[in-house]
Amino acid sequence: MRIPDGASALLGPSGSGKSSLLRLLNRLSDPDLGTVHFKGDDVRSLDVLGLRRRAVLVPQLPAPLPGTVADNVRYGPSLFEREADVNSCLGRAGLARTYADRDAGELSVGEQQRVMLARALALEPEVLLLDEPTSALDEVARDGVERTLIELAQAGVAMVLVTHDRGQAVRVASEVLELREGHVVA
Amino acid sequence: MTSIDVTLTEVAASLVLVAIAVAVSRWRRADLEQDLAVAVLRSFVQLTAVGYVIQAIFDSDSLLLVVALLVGMVAFGTFTARARAKGVPNAFGPIALALTVAAVTTLGLVVALGVFEAKPRFLVPVGGMVIGNAMTAAAVALNRLADEVGGARAAIEATLSLGATSRQAASAAVTRSLRSGMITLIDSTKTTGIVFFPGAMTGMLVAGADPLDAVRLQLILLWSLLGSVSLSALIATGLGYRGFFTSAHQLRDAGPR
Repeated sequence: MRIPDGASALLGPSGSGKSSLLRLLNRLSDPDLGTVHFKGDDVRSLDVLGLRRRAVLVPQLPAPLPGTVADNVRYGPSLFEREADVNSCLGRAGLARTYADRDAGELSVGEQQRVMLARALALEPEVLLLDEPTSALDEVARDGVERTLIELAQAGVAMVLVTHDRGQAVRVASEVLELREGHVVA
Repeated sequence: MTSIDVTLTEVAASLVLVAIAVAVSRWRRADLEQDLAVAVLRSFVQLTAVGYVIQAIFDSDSLLLVVALLVGMVAFGTFTARARAKGVPNAFGPIALALTVAAVTTLGLVVALGVFEAKPRFLVPVGGMVIGNAMTAAAVALNRLADEVGGARAAIEATLSLGATSRQAASAAVTRSLRSGMITLIDSTKTTGIVFFPGAMTGMLVAGADPLDAVRLQLILLWSLLGSVSLSALIATGLGYRGFFTSAHQLRDAGPR
């Protein structure tokens, strides 16, 4: 299968292999069979840490690091001895600047998921890998995060969105690939 | 040098206290009589055997035999700690290295600093204490590491996803495990002399040594053990965490415990 540039969605019921597929793209796992290519290169031939910076995964459940929101945003770039523009990243993830000094662990799940987005954007990735980023959120938070994803897609951020929500897939992505039992059906 | 004679009759007399333990177990139906019997028998056989081994080593005054005995202790300690820290994949190497470095460094330093002479009568008992404590520290720390990594898989993978190495992703878990491997001895060192009398000091007092000598020897042992335990926990966790990751900085699937 081939995932096009731009904003794509992988749609399918749980257990269809969407999340596993996403993990292959940044090599959190390797496939038992076959190969995975990122922009023409076999991912196994690439430096794995560099690959994960180019294709950043946002987890299904927020996993903030201990510390403030700003600490979280700065963490990824600091691994590569780079500075993060915290305010800009927060803004793109739909968070006000006032969040920067708040304890990330004490935010609501919806706010934390936006911190995960800001933290990923801070690495200036070539593609965002989003693993059901709204599934743990209530309706209001879900709509807000989804709106942010649409804005990011419109701003030209490439992404692969994994979701079981067909409506969300269509609203956010320009291409929708449907998976069932590990196979692409549409 | 002080020495005392302990007769087998005196040893046998202390079985009265074991009888109390058996009575307690029977009365409260704790079902520990068989375990008590095994414990008494094993302690008698094991300690008697090791007593003869140590006697032979002391008589021969051979450092080579001391080294052989210490190697045997490290090997046995490694297997024991490995069995206790089942949740850590490929832990054998890190534990073996942890115990070896702890034993060699600690014994080397106490000899080099002139605290003890390089003689079997010092090296054997001190080596046994060092290796035994290092083994416990490694096992406790690695057990904790398995729990820490198991409980933080999502957080570790989220960190890996930002381009962190496995070392960076595991560093918080490694630090907490190191602490848990060291904290027991630190706590007992804090309360020593108040809540309990440590073994070496007790032994020296019973054997008729000057109390201040007994205390000074105990301090040397306790402080040396702090060093060896921290080395052991540091090496066991600092290398042991790698068992949870592949060379491509992937967190391995949780294996059977």
